[in-house]
Amino acid sequence: MAAGVATWLPFARAAAVGWLPLAKKTMPKPPVDNSSRSDEILYVNVSGVRFQTWKNTLDRYPDTLLGSSEKEFFFNEETQEYFFDRDPEMFRHILNFYRTGKLHYPRHECIQAFDEELAFYGIVPEIIGDCCMEEYRDRKKENQERLAEDTEANEATDAPLPPHSTSRERLWRAFENPHTSTMALVFYYVTGFFIAVSVIANVVETVPCRPPKGSVKDLPCGEKYQLAFFCMDTACVLIFTFEYLMRLFAAPSRCKFMRSVMSVIDVVAIMPYYIGLVMPENEDVSGAFVTLRVFRVFRIFKFSRHSQGLRILGYTLKSCASELGFLLFSLTMAIIIFATVMFYAEKGTKGSTFTSIPASFWYTIVTMTTLGPVWDSSLVSGCFPPDGPVDPVLLGPKHHHLLHLQLLWFSLSNHEFTDEMTYSELCMTESVGFRTSRSTSLSSQQGAQNNSTGCCPRRARRRAAMRLANSTVSVSRGSVQELDTLQFKTTSIPPQTRSSLNAQPDDLKLNCGDQDFTAAIISIPTPPANTPDESLPPSPVPGILRNTRATAYTHETVKISSL
Amino acid sequence: MGAVVGTLTMQTKQRRPSRDKADDDLEMTIVCHRPEGLDQLEAQTNFNKRELQVLYRGFKNECPSGVVNEETFKQIYSQFFPHGDASTYAHYLFNAFDTGNTGSIKFEDFVTALSILLRGSVTEKLQWTFNLYDINRDGYINKEEMTDIVRAIYDMMGKYTYPVLKTDAPKQHVDAFFQKMDKNRDGVVTLDEFLFSCQEDENIMRSLQLFENVI
Repeated sequence: MAAGVATWLPFARAAAVGWLPLAKKTMPKPPVDNSSRSDEILYVNVSGVRFQTWKNTLDRYPDTLLGSSEKEFFFNEETQEYFFDRDPEMFRHILNFYRTGKLHYPRHECIQAFDEELAFYGIVPEIIGDCCMEEYRDRKKENQERLAEDTEANEATDAPLPPHSTSRERLWRAFENPHTSTMALVFYYVTGFFIAVSVIANVVETVPCRPPKGSVKDLPCGEKYQLAFFCMDTACVLIFTFEYLMRLFAAPSRCKFMRSVMSVIDVVAIMPYYIGLVMPENEDVSGAFVTLRVFRVFRIFKFSRHSQGLRILGYTLKSCASELGFLLFSLTMAIIIFATVMFYAEKGTKGSTFTSIPASFWYTIVTMTTLGPVWDSSLVSGCFPPDGPVDPVLLGPKHHHLLHLQLLWFSLSNHEFTDEMTYSELCMTESVGFRTSRSTSLSSQQGAQNNSTGCCPRRARRRAAMRLANSTVSVSRGSVQELDTLQFKTTSIPPQTRSSLNAQPDDLKLNCGDQDFTAAIISIPTPPANTPDESLPPSPVPGILRNTRATAYTHETVKISSL
Repeated sequence: MGAVVGTLTMQTKQRRPSRDKADDDLEMTIVCHRPEGLDQLEAQTNFNKRELQVLYRGFKNECPSGVVNEETFKQIYSQFFPHGDASTYAHYLFNAFDTGNTGSIKFEDFVTALSILLRGSVTEKLQWTFNLYDINRDGYINKEEMTDIVRAIYDMMGKYTYPVLKTDAPKQHVDAFFQKMDKNRDGVVTLDEFLFSCQEDENIMRSLQLFENVI
């Protein structure tokens, strides 16, 4: 540390006396320090605020503006002081750096302003003390991403095209900015419509229709009106293919386009159809073919082009990839632990379903995600339930907002997020620069386009999303439980759903067969705040985390419960 | 006026001079030593007020608690000699500075030693050096002590030396030293022998002159 060296130098030199008598030759003369010890007080006037400091203090860092002769350019002869027309608030921190040797980053200041001041005074930001370095880095990264995003947005604005653009460029522009021309807008809506049609068709064709005459068994509509559905599917696929090829043609960089996420989704959406066309109708492959049809559901992701919210969700997931990965890992760990324990606990019992550890995996997974198993377990396991849903304890206090974001996401569609304030409270306790306005902006995102956070609603929303994405908040636990849960039941008792975000009760009766899987829309049970959770502030939300699952181990089914 | 200043400034309130390293940090926050008045120090040393002020400001900045313990001392010294291992020599130096054997150097100790080394007479400097070499403070420098010192210096120098020392093995160096200093060949060097021998040696005398006004 420069200050230390300056202070202790005379001592170090004096201590050299110690080896004098041992030296064989005369010592060379020590360098004479001409900038003598005559210390003087310097006056620094920064926009009217007068600072005074010893000259030596400033001399500690000779490669900065104040420490070198560069400051002489700012010397005012009349008032015998150094005048800087800069921010006095920031200067305080700069001066403290000279005094203490540590540079601190004031949290309430704008990161760019701070950087500019540092650049002006010739101080490299790398010397920010450890206490403030993390905060500085986070803010800087956030700011850079925001800027990058803004420039991207600016480039993609509705500025008029340069006059000599080729038809290819115009086409690309039409695709990227549907608002630019009527044709593009029409095409945009048409594709949107067809995506919706395709998805609905996928759904409807599995609905049981009245059986044709002469038959008793209920048929799914897909089989009854096979031709109609096939035609509809073909039409959709044709449109999608046409769109994809057009985009491919128009893309300025085809390789980049082909690698982009949206293009991959497009391909995945239409490939099953073509594969189905070429695949022969034999029994062996039909199983695989059925699997392929599942991929048709990816068409719903094509809506990302039409919905900004989906894109933001995608960015959030992407930027929280590491947290999600860790979540998966820890879940896997827990599953393995409990499955092993269950297996060995149940080993002696006759007729136990835990025939092997992988077989126990299923039980564990189903229980951990609070779906509840369908078969009954023996007395032993009944007395020894695994530790239920994934508590925040597993996730740690840092990740409890992970779950809150899920609730927030639900509120996007529903505007009735009662815990919004709790969420924003929670966020304030995090040290990652959250702002309350974010939650309001996100929740009103799908609703009114106006926002409280800025003059440019779109920008503010994206900014909010970026901030969100950059925090360590993550969306729901990905693979184990999607936003829809799978309901596994043997009876047709409709599960309890209680909340504003309701499933249509009819949806649940879709499949009355045994052992059928039904997709049901998740519901948020209004929580009975009965669970003490050490890591969360008092809010109704923790109740959601521990779900009532007391009866999960009996014959009865399931309740749908969310996390 | 000096008396008023002297009474107003508090006396030393060094509490709990424990040597436990774990408690060191805690100790530093509790122990707070203030030096005697400026006037007294000026009288006791060869520095004037301004110099004392400059020294104290630097000292206080580095050690807000007012004392330097051995670890800090070693760290400081290592900064100046990064090429070698200065810790042994720093240890001997620390003992030489810490005249009261309290385990920590107060500002007065620091300034007193500096005063001797930079502003003292030749005799005083040589006496101080003798004190440094005499590790066990028995008034005699024997071969073991000298070997320790020389080895410590060699360690500290590392590959680079200032002043330039030939690559003697420490033992030869010690032998040469004793050859020169030990007049009556009794195996130990007393203070008088040391003073006498050093004053005979022109090199040493000339080098000592360089230490004037290094501050």
